[in-house]
Amino acid sequence: MTARFRRRGGKTIARFTEAEAGVLRQVVGEVVELLGGPEAAKEDPFSGLGLGAEPTAPEDPVLARLLPDGYREDPEAAMELRRLTESSLRGEKVRNARVVLGMLPAAGGTVTLDDDEVVDVWLKALNDVRLALGTQLEVSEEMDLAEEVEADPDSARAYSLVVYDWLGWLQDTLVRCVSVE
Amino acid sequence: MTAPVRDPVKTPETVEHRDPQWITIVWNDPVNLMSYVTLVFQQLFGYSREKATKLMLDVHHKGRAVVSSGAREQMEHDVARLHAAGLWATLQQDR
Repeated sequence: MTARFRRRGGKTIARFTEAEAGVLRQVVGEVVELLGGPEAAKEDPFSGLGLGAEPTAPEDPVLARLLPDGYREDPEAAMELRRLTESSLRGEKVRNARVVLGMLPAAGGTVTLDDDEVVDVWLKALNDVRLALGTQLEVSEEMDLAEEVEADPDSARAYSLVVYDWLGWLQDTLVRCVSVE
Repeated sequence: MTAPVRDPVKTPETVEHRDPQWITIVWNDPVNLMSYVTLVFQQLFGYSREKATKLMLDVHHKGRAVVSSGAREQMEHDVARLHAAGLWATLQQDR
């Protein structure tokens, strides 16, 4: 997997092979499912009005990382802030992911990001996917990804680590396309 | 009869002045890219590349960095924007 973003004629483009597009669509789709899935559907329809049950931090570690507490040592304040902000945070992440899915051709091809706004959406969506995958894989700063992959190259974990590694590289090329002085 | 009162507009200002400062903290995590975290600090707070890089390195090496301070509501807003960008952020009173 070698697709990367580059600047061309004032726009930001990347060319994805069919396999790369397939992998990216799958992992982004998983984030949509996780954030907009059954757990979200269970939510009180009035939660946006502040009338629903008090939401607590998600038990799923991936959801907890995507929707973290805003207070570290004050559970009551954390719950209150979550009540006010979680559904819009969830909604924004799902919208970002859906934009990526809508722009990424399933058969592969060139993706053109026309302006800063859509670049920002892609950056956030790629980051959310990496947060989800990185949390699932329990990556750490000390971890040597290449070494882990070599240890058991045919495992599902090795495959996911390769995808995770590529997503980091892809996101980094996009950051470098927009980096401001 | 009524006694003259102080201009009520001034009162909140005085109170706000005595309010404790709140701070937004970004915590280290093993996933977020250093380049991305620096860009987020520049974009959300308008920090120079130099300042944003220093804060990112503080997060990386010290495990945390204070990225903004001010009124509680403003810090809650900053935390929400950082969460939208995928950074691990919390707010608390400055102690």
